[in-house]
Amino acid sequence: MATGQVVRSEWTKIRSVASTVWTLSTAVVVTIALGMLISALSKNEFDNLGEREQLSFDPTFISFAGTSLGQLAMIVFGVLVVSNEYSTGMIRASLAAVPKRGVFLFSKLAVATALAFVVGMATSFATFFLGQLMLGDLRASIGDDGVLRAVVGGGLYMTLIALFSMGVAAMLRSPMLSLGILMPFFFLISNILGNVSATEKVGRFLPDQAGSRIMRVVTPVDDDTPYGPWGGLGIMALWVIAAVAGGYVLLKRRDAQ
Amino acid sequence: MIELEGLTKRYGEKVAVDNLTFTVRPGIVTGFLGPNGAGKSTTMRMILGLDHPTAGDVRVDGTHYDRLKDPLTDIGALLEAKGVHPGRSAYNHLLWLAQSNGIPERRVREVLDEVGLTAVARKKAKGFSLGMGQRLGIAAALLGDPRILMFDEPVNGLDPEGIHWIRTLMKSLAEQGRTVFVSSHLMSEMALTADHLVVIGQGRLLADTSMAEFIRRNSRSYVRVRTPQREALLDALHRAGVTAVDGADGTLEVDGTPAEAIGELAARDGVVLHELSPQQASLEEAFMQLTAESVEYHAHTGAPLPPQQQQQQQWGESWRKG
Ligand SMILES: Nc1ncnc2c1ncn2[C@@H]1O[C@H](COP(=O)(O)OP(=O)(O)OP(=O)(O)O)[C@@H](O)[C@H]1O
Ligand SMILES: [Mg+2]
Repeated sequence: MATGQVVRSEWTKIRSVASTVWTLSTAVVVTIALGMLISALSKNEFDNLGEREQLSFDPTFISFAGTSLGQLAMIVFGVLVVSNEYSTGMIRASLAAVPKRGVFLFSKLAVATALAFVVGMATSFATFFLGQLMLGDLRASIGDDGVLRAVVGGGLYMTLIALFSMGVAAMLRSPMLSLGILMPFFFLISNILGNVSATEKVGRFLPDQAGSRIMRVVTPVDDDTPYGPWGGLGIMALWVIAAVAGGYVLLKRRDAQ
Repeated sequence: MIELEGLTKRYGEKVAVDNLTFTVRPGIVTGFLGPNGAGKSTTMRMILGLDHPTAGDVRVDGTHYDRLKDPLTDIGALLEAKGVHPGRSAYNHLLWLAQSNGIPERRVREVLDEVGLTAVARKKAKGFSLGMGQRLGIAAALLGDPRILMFDEPVNGLDPEGIHWIRTLMKSLAEQGRTVFVSSHLMSEMALTADHLVVIGQGRLLADTSMAEFIRRNSRSYVRVRTPQREALLDALHRAGVTAVDGADGTLEVDGTPAEAIGELAARDGVVLHELSPQQASLEEAFMQLTAESVEYHAHTGAPLPPQQQQQQQWGESWRKG
């Protein structure tokens, strides 16, 4: 069983279903459009901000504001890529064709992650430049200190969110269950935990909060986050590894269904 | 060749497959027969390494399934659940299967042609009828030109022409020297295609014989008698030491005594007969008899029947009535 064959086969699978196109294009459009909108609004609001807020003003991070919503489409992409196998019963055909379950899972994740990476990176650069366009005089330049790191990091963040979702879906199998947990978690719960002072210290170790640190260039005043941009992305990567490892172990042990 | 040795599968408390040992040989069609819930599909999934056996072992051409390099070129299977993404075309479904096992793309077109789906190759699978879905599954099984083929209830959803086609296909695959293993819960279907028969009930092996041997052993011949003078005839038979049992529609059935002898006994007492005909129990009945025994065996252990066994008994009863 050559891994190259399986990777090709997974590529055929992913390009031959409509959900790939609509989830990824939604991620692109929502991230960019919302990023541009919030950048434009922020520019108009800048003069009304207090001195503290003006000092913390981070044009790069603001242009990534659409990520909070766009990542949900990335989550749907990651969940569907894996859970489609189970909801359609295709998993039996897949594992009969590729009985080495590790080869099957990692080929699938490699293909879907590579696609998420390309789309995520392109989205990240586009959202940065278009966002800066909206910010006018307040704009950051790609050459400024830490900006390129933030933009590349934005692409990595989107990729890791997708991969995390794939790992969770590999554990839970059902698309409804996976989305029912991941969507509210990333859209609501994580934000609530991160903004309530009692849970803030725990909240910032959640995958999205730790990971999104990489998109910041200006550190907010009085910031006491115990990790830097790459440290945050590292924390997120640990979550991803845990989810994928869990998915692999369960796939290996369970009957195919 | 497929070899099972003490193969067992338990789902929680439920024993779906119970210590099965048999071999499926090349060059013939082996029928795998059992009532609903007997464990046929579960056995087939274990052969493909999809479900992990609780105990025992199964080998395909002497090897564990997960050690086969490009398994689709060794064994092709049509499973019970279709396993096709509804939004993907038939062509792309077969294409990803082919690519995963290094099978040339030309085979995709060949098998689509063979099963008669070329015209709808680019259509999404969700628009397919039951029979078209079944044909796509058969195309997938044939894709790698494998030496072993396994079909789980292949005639499901096929029209008479399709059924004829699949029978012919299975026979010709066996004639080419391939191993053909096909499940069904209809004895009549098996009688037309299978050379060898493996019968299971409640997950246990009930028979592993050639088709001819199975018919010889399990079919019962008896004489059906119809008379308006029931009591008089029973007396006459009783005096001669012959026992009769009630048959369908008020007839009597006599085992082990030739029709001639029954006719003479009746004539001696002046009993009028409306029918006196030697009967051969159908294969379906022979199969029923065999699986019913497995149910009785369980019932006699004294424990209350688990729901599955009750179901199987009802299944048997409804067959006898029909
Ligand atoms: N994944 C599973 N989890 C729990 N029980 C199962 C599972 N798969 C099968 N069973 C049970 O195992 C038994 C055997 O089922 P199986 O599907 O193998 O029978 P079958 O012979 O194929 O029946 P049919 O003719 O209806 O297709 C049944 O009682 C079924 O309920
Ligand atoms: Mg079945």
